[in-house]
Amino acid sequence: MNDARNAGDRDALELRISSKVYCAADGTAVEVLRGLELGLQAGQLGVLLGPSGCGKTTTLRIAAGLDPDFSGHCRPPGSGRLGIVFQEPRLLPWRTVEQNIRLVLPPEQADVDLSDLLDTLGLSSHLARYPGELSLGLARRVAIARAFAVRPDFLLLDEPFVSLDEATAARLREELLALTGRGHVTTLLVTHDVEEAIRLADRLFFLSDRPARIVLERCLPPPRGARSPATIAAIRDELREQLADAKASG
Amino acid sequence: MARALSVAALIAIWAVAAVLAHSRLLPSPLGVAETIVADLKSGELPLEIGYTLARVVASFTIALVLGSVAGYAMGQFRTIDRYADPWLVALINLPALVTIIFAYVWIGLNETAAILAVALNKLPNVIVVMREGARALDPGLDEMARAYRLAPLTRLRHIVAPQLAPYLAAGSRSGLATAWKIVLVVELIGRPNGVGFVLGSAFSLFDMTKILSYAVTFIVLMLAIENFLVQPFERRAQRWRPRRP
Repeated sequence: MNDARNAGDRDALELRISSKVYCAADGTAVEVLRGLELGLQAGQLGVLLGPSGCGKTTTLRIAAGLDPDFSGHCRPPGSGRLGIVFQEPRLLPWRTVEQNIRLVLPPEQADVDLSDLLDTLGLSSHLARYPGELSLGLARRVAIARAFAVRPDFLLLDEPFVSLDEATAARLREELLALTGRGHVTTLLVTHDVEEAIRLADRLFFLSDRPARIVLERCLPPPRGARSPATIAAIRDELREQLADAKASG
Repeated sequence: MARALSVAALIAIWAVAAVLAHSRLLPSPLGVAETIVADLKSGELPLEIGYTLARVVASFTIALVLGSVAGYAMGQFRTIDRYADPWLVALINLPALVTIIFAYVWIGLNETAAILAVALNKLPNVIVVMREGARALDPGLDEMARAYRLAPLTRLRHIVAPQLAPYLAAGSRSGLATAWKIVLVVELIGRPNGVGFVLGSAFSLFDMTKILSYAVTFIVLMLAIENFLVQPFERRAQRWRPRRP
């Protein structure tokens, strides 16, 4: 964690959204985000939490640079090499698992050895299959492998473990922690599962209802991923109180 | 098996009708077959069909390329669609004969005019099909491509083209079948060769055997193109789909 701080501001994520408005189907303007500010130091894992439909995915899309239509400022960490896992796997159905992963590699890395990554994610025996033949859990793993294959400085994950059975989700969480730790990746993850958030995060951001801003920011003590169930429960209860206070005060 | 039986039944009905009519105006299948063999031997049939086929391929390629670009642009960009749609409606409702006459009058009785007239006739159909394809492109995959900063050519080849392939196959199938019919009209009116020209002179001589022999040969040829070019292309484009039992 120390060298992360020493890396300074250059490698940090800085996101300031003063306003994000989108035009609804009936023509009315809906303000989704207002005055949302968040920062992450290099190598940190931040988790965005909040009620469904509050704008978590919108925030993630802005951080990814996919939505330039907002007022504010976004500076991605490092060189800005991005790995992203969408809510749906978003694989090309007409390309095999391996082709899907290699497609996103920059040309100079086209032939890089991915066997370590593929072994870690348990994909080695599925490389020649098409996404239509995979279960959702496997397809998610392919999407995660694709995000890590580019060796990102900046990783965005949008509810990557939702609708998976608990055993698979737990294993994927372990793999995510191993991969982000190894590569020193600045990560922003969206979830609505508080326990999952506490288990994974260095820093938690709670979003309010629309128009969303951050109502509570909480730094968690290291080490991430190794917190005991008792610690997690204690933090969760504490957060609940803080959240209630934050709501009461404004 | 079912297809073979069906074709056999069609030929049988034709043969019986020819015997019953017993007229020069309805030749028997055997007579038509004899003419086809004779014309194949003399080299007349392959030559004339070659002219027609070359015109079909040239004009349809032009329509396919221009139509794909225009259809993609219209399907992806709403502003372009708004401005171009009235033109498309005008073009699609313009009778083929009118386009052909205008092409011959303005450009002259030459090959350029002939090919251009057919291409212009097929263009709106290709545009309509490809526009539907471009509208159905998955925005999620496009977003994925932007997030991973894929190069434009990579996007075209791996993301856009596979999504448009079924539309391209559907467009080629219906397009080829109608393109050659328009080519015949073009040849009938203003070319000194090709199947359309031969049919025109056969018509003035009431030579029904010749007309049928050319029609049958061309149908067989188009079936071969469908079976040996369009279908394999389609199968290759669809090989990733899980097979249904």
